[in-house]
Amino acid sequence: MIDVKHLSKSFGKNLVLDDLNEHIHPGEKVVIIGPSGSGKSTFLRCLNLLEAPTKGTITFEGTVINDPKTDINTVRRQMGMVFQHFNLFPNMTIRKNITLAPVRTKLMSQAEADDAATALLKRVGLEEKADAYPAQLSGGQKQRIAIVRALAMKPKVMLFDEPTSALDPEMVGEVLEVMKQLADEGMTMVVVTHEMGFAREVGSRVLFMDGGHVLEQNEPHAFFANPKEQRTIEFLSKVL
Amino acid sequence: MNPTALYETFMALEDPGFWQETYMQFYRAWFYEDRWLTYFKGLGTTLYVTVIALCIGVVLGVVVATICTAHDQQRPGRRNPVLGLINAVCRVYVTVIRGTPMMVQLMIMGFAVFATSREKTLVGALTLGINSGAYVAEIIRGGLMSLDPGQMEAGRSLGLSYLDTMRFIVVPQAFKAILPSLGNEFIVLLKDTSLISVVSGKEIVYFARAIVTKTYEPMAPYLITAAMYLVLVLIFSWLQGKLERRLRQSDRR
Repeated sequence: MIDVKHLSKSFGKNLVLDDLNEHIHPGEKVVIIGPSGSGKSTFLRCLNLLEAPTKGTITFEGTVINDPKTDINTVRRQMGMVFQHFNLFPNMTIRKNITLAPVRTKLMSQAEADDAATALLKRVGLEEKADAYPAQLSGGQKQRIAIVRALAMKPKVMLFDEPTSALDPEMVGEVLEVMKQLADEGMTMVVVTHEMGFAREVGSRVLFMDGGHVLEQNEPHAFFANPKEQRTIEFLSKVL
Repeated sequence: MNPTALYETFMALEDPGFWQETYMQFYRAWFYEDRWLTYFKGLGTTLYVTVIALCIGVVLGVVVATICTAHDQQRPGRRNPVLGLINAVCRVYVTVIRGTPMMVQLMIMGFAVFATSREKTLVGALTLGINSGAYVAEIIRGGLMSLDPGQMEAGRSLGLSYLDTMRFIVVPQAFKAILPSLGNEFIVLLKDTSLISVVSGKEIVYFARAIVTKTYEPMAPYLITAAMYLVLVLIFSWLQGKLERRLRQSDRR
């Protein structure tokens, strides 16, 4: 589904991603873990071209997305993204947050989008918040809305950039629950996270990144039970 | 008792007191020969100049800010050379305007560039507009830059185009953020219209000065002028406050 070849990314002289090769298959739930500064967020942001790769190619369903001739907006419509800091639009109601993109991109009419928004909000138990503004919600509620906003575009893959890192501990559960549901429905997901429990339970593959490389990857049970690299063992001993 | 009768009573006094003297000065600055009409004529010009300068300033400001922001937001390695050139021109404009005094700009425009023009009021309005544009551009650019880049990223990641993201997400929020400084700039502009009297633009100060040359009593005409500006600014601040409260709707908790 997403094919990454020889991906390098540097900010100035700082090489953040170093010749990465990866393939994400449909239906996979790839969980990326690693210390901060390891390049995991940058990797994720390259997948929908929020960061432009310095070298290499990223192909999404046969389209090279970092080709200047590619209409990146069309590609991004098929890839949902959830951010650490939610990035809801504070100047709009929740309903408008969800319906803006589907309506503007002519995916749905306003009426269809409103219906879709109601259905999606019901699903995450926030239907009574449709006319509230983001400032009136808790962090956990905001993140659930952000997930739903991305889902309104009916994406083929969802990218999560540390979705629970900015939340109060007691709100982490409600967001992970929504993500788990999504995984059970067969959504292709790429998740950067520090939630090892989530990685073990939901992930179909765990990537461990450090210094711009994928140092180790495995199916989650094997990964957590028998990490092979010294660096992985060190990292896991600190976070588990 | 009507003002004229009171004035004549005081004029007949041999040795008027302080308040009586003050009243007479005020009378000569306002009622005498219907002079108050000229202040309102000046006020009309002031408002007219402000509106014209405001329009020029906002249009210029938006254009320059858009060019600078678009230039700064280009992806590294994919810079457009034409945009770079236009951006450089905009930079020079902002630097020159902000680096020279308003009054000098007026004199250059009024006495050198448009030396033969008879429409000095219009020349003044144009100069003020060009001046204001540089400040408005910097205010708008600052507003656009101060917004969390995550907002742009969120819009783009949903597949919205750059322009749609700007229009529905970035600009409305930036506008709310810059409104106080923009209002401030408009108040400065309104007051700066008084400077066009140096190129004989016929606004309030021009007429006040004309009265002073007749009466040789500067106190009353200039106090009246000050009061008129103050009232204008108060009305303007009130309108601005109303607009701000309305835009703050989405902040309620």
